[in-house]
Amino acid sequence: MANKDSVAIRGGRILDPGRGVDLVGDVLIREGRIAAVGPGVAAEAGRIIDATGLIVCPGLVDIHCHLRDPGFEHKETIETGTRAAARGGFTTVCCMPNTEPPIDSRAGVEYILRTAAAQGVVRVLPIGCITRGRQGKELAEMGDLAEAGAVAFSDDGSPVADGALMRHALEYASAFALPVIEHCEELSLSHEGVMHEGWVANRLGLRGIPAAAEEAAVARNIALAEFSGTHLHVAHVSTAGSVEFVRAAKKRGIQVTAEVTPHHLALTDEAVMLAASVLSEVEGADGSVGLYYDTNAKVNPPLRPATDVQACIAGLADGTIDAIATDHAPHAIEDKLCEFDLAAFGISGLETALALCLTLTEVGAHGHAPVQLPVLIERLTAGPVRALGLARFVPGLGSLAEGAPGDVLVFDPDAEWVVEPERFASKGKNTPLAGRTLRGRVVATVYGGKVVYQA
Amino acid sequence: MVQRATRGKAAEEVRPPEGVDIPTWERRHVLDLDDFSRREMEQVMETADAMKEVLGREIRRVPTLRGTIVATLFYETSTRTRSSFELAAKALGADVVSVAAGASSVQKGESLVDSARTLQAIGADILVMRHRHSGAPYLVAGHVDISVINAGDGWHAHPTQALLDAYTIQQHLGDLRGKKVVIVGDILHSRVARSNIWGLTTMGVQVVLCGPPTLLPWGLRTDHRGNENRALPPVEVDTNLERAIEGADVVMALRLQLERQQAGLLPSLREYMRLYRVDEERLARAKPSVLVMHPGPVNEGIELSPAVAHGARSVIEEQVTNGVAVRMALLYLLAKGR
Amino acid sequence: MAEHVILSPEDIRRSLSRIAHEIVESNPTLDDLVLVGMRTRGVPLAARLAQRIADFEGRAVPVGALDIGLYRDDISYLDLKPQLKPTEIPTDIAGKRVVLVDDVLFTGRSIRAALDALIDFGRPQHIQLAVLVDRGHRELPIRADYVGKNIPTARQEDVQVFLDETDGRDAVVVLSTEP
Repeated sequence: MANKDSVAIRGGRILDPGRGVDLVGDVLIREGRIAAVGPGVAAEAGRIIDATGLIVCPGLVDIHCHLRDPGFEHKETIETGTRAAARGGFTTVCCMPNTEPPIDSRAGVEYILRTAAAQGVVRVLPIGCITRGRQGKELAEMGDLAEAGAVAFSDDGSPVADGALMRHALEYASAFALPVIEHCEELSLSHEGVMHEGWVANRLGLRGIPAAAEEAAVARNIALAEFSGTHLHVAHVSTAGSVEFVRAAKKRGIQVTAEVTPHHLALTDEAVMLAASVLSEVEGADGSVGLYYDTNAKVNPPLRPATDVQACIAGLADGTIDAIATDHAPHAIEDKLCEFDLAAFGISGLETALALCLTLTEVGAHGHAPVQLPVLIERLTAGPVRALGLARFVPGLGSLAEGAPGDVLVFDPDAEWVVEPERFASKGKNTPLAGRTLRGRVVATVYGGKVVYQA
Repeated sequence: MVQRATRGKAAEEVRPPEGVDIPTWERRHVLDLDDFSRREMEQVMETADAMKEVLGREIRRVPTLRGTIVATLFYETSTRTRSSFELAAKALGADVVSVAAGASSVQKGESLVDSARTLQAIGADILVMRHRHSGAPYLVAGHVDISVINAGDGWHAHPTQALLDAYTIQQHLGDLRGKKVVIVGDILHSRVARSNIWGLTTMGVQVVLCGPPTLLPWGLRTDHRGNENRALPPVEVDTNLERAIEGADVVMALRLQLERQQAGLLPSLREYMRLYRVDEERLARAKPSVLVMHPGPVNEGIELSPAVAHGARSVIEEQVTNGVAVRMALLYLLAKGR
Repeated sequence: MAEHVILSPEDIRRSLSRIAHEIVESNPTLDDLVLVGMRTRGVPLAARLAQRIADFEGRAVPVGALDIGLYRDDISYLDLKPQLKPTEIPTDIAGKRVVLVDDVLFTGRSIRAALDALIDFGRPQHIQLAVLVDRGHRELPIRADYVGKNIPTARQEDVQVFLDETDGRDAVVVLSTEP
């Protein structure tokens, strides 16, 4: 007798890398939780999803995204952002507090949770500010934020520029056993820069952001984490030097975790110069396609050259980088349709993340070894959960263990599709991938036992 | 929309005149010299020859672009370049509409694209624009149907300056192949330098860049992590002027913005002048036939000593005259059939 | 394309001699005469005429080259523009008697442009026109003072003048699509 409140996902290749599961079979979800995983376990169910030839894994967890709500609702709302997440295969997102007003108080956290419960399509876990108003001067009331439900602290968008304040933030946060997520940027070095400082910036006549701007800050923050003995999470790593610092720190036993975005794994700074549709065809800057100044490729940290991309991929593969996080940053059209110097930083990434990440399973254009699919999925599910310790808020999150939330992603790793930003669920259409053909498409996203997206 | 009076003949009915050399010019915009072929540059310079002859007459006017509207949209103040374009347009009989964007709707928040499209709607056929942000003319060119000429965008490009520089050199030294041109000064922030690097190397020139390390662009040196240098065509770089200027056919000094010291890029103007000012002693190391050039305006005594700036080797004023001729040539070549 | 020779090198030579004599006869004095050839083939023709005049009058008449590229009235219809060359007239034409020299007179528009150009240069006392071939089909009230040969043609035919100086041979041909 089929239980109406049950969902069966049948016949797919089930990947639950956090628990070492890789088999072909069924997933049964009952009453919003994982009931069973294995061949033939979902003989009967209220709703059946045929996953033959498809991949079935835990719903993806994005520990870094910007929902813009409250304050910038023209760019995104919790509703549209979570719909975009579902479309991208994500069932949990952690939203950054650089809203207006910023989430530096209990009221802010409660607003996020309340709005997400009422209008959100997937799970939203709020991140609270490190400093009051994100001004970088005084600590925010971390105790209050923690009690209200914040899962981590970050001033993302901005670094904590003052070293002493960062030290205090790390120390103080440890009382609540919550990580500090730091956007590592030495502002005096990145000052007014708009893209990676390299030959592309020189060619385009744009002021550059040197790799050292990120690396100097990463080094400082790792030293402070070592000193305070507390958990530092490095947001959006993008350079080889940063990966090296994190690797060395982990070797020394420092409590540091790190994340990387899909675009930093798949695109280089050349994306600024060339239109997306020709990126794959053109090897170098011979001028034949004409310069483009793609503001959709303007992001902070900036896209880097191939050597840095390769280092990030290697860091992802060997576990130096614990998680892939989208840093989804939607913007309104007018924020990007302007002079490159004046354009807002950010890429709307939730709906292209999976496909971009899947490109890593092939031998890279820049010669990196392929990343195995289970490793990739781990970095999108169990990895982020582990990095921020989210399991204590939601037991079983990022896994298909029995009793874990019924959050499942079904996707077709081979299906090709063309990126059409105007069809995004996100209000942010700002992606450098417009018109590009990608491989890997979400077939169904199940959140809490409910299908929240189906292709 | 302004209604245009329709003309008698459709374009297809008119055959090109017999026995007349019609070279192909397919370029709709002039945004940078990075994709100009040698042939295209020569074509511009040959056309500039004819224009220079017009500028030598008593009545410096021909009716060629009558009915064409040239709009200048300058977001950076510039007397010389804007007047040069205005005179070029008027010498060809075109009408000129000038927008100094500081005083206009820009301050009311009108976007760059909207401003350009407004000028197109008014009837402009060619848009000449200068902007302090690199890439601005590319943004505009992607959103209008008319021709766009870049009169300078940020640090990125100043193609008409580089064309008139190449033209000036050719007028004096003939074939540019194998000539040594030394560009001295703040290369990092210079759109003149970048466009000249493209233009001169296309014409076969050996380009040497000279300046303090903090004013040389990062992308000229190989990334220590092994990324190839693919920023610009191969050029030589030297931080020592005495060495760089040895045997030069042309010395081109760039304008130094006096704020560079505040930004921590230079210790002092005094040191800059001591090390990089082109004076007669340094000039003596170049060829005796050396040309001294400067895109202007010259910071008296800083980039060039007064003796050099006003001396026999200086062709700075000719650059200005040639600028009008070269800009006339571009307007002529870009003016579309209707 | 069929090529039909209208004037042989000998015909051209005789025509030019006759035109040279006619110019001398029609102008009271050679002192203020200037021959201005229209680029491109009008220029060698003007030079040849000046040579003839020098041969039988012993007088050197100044020769100039006029580029009408900047004065064409069909500029706005042509996406591809003719390559411009500078105009070179070695003497002041104000008050002078100018003989414009061109190879083929057809619609008359080139001549109109040449008149505009000349007047921009100065105010000649008198302008006359010498052409090697007049093929009819005038679109403007323009006529030649000196004509080498009148050749009636169909509008769509092409009349092409070849000169030794520019093309390596002397000939005037009519090109038509019929054999």
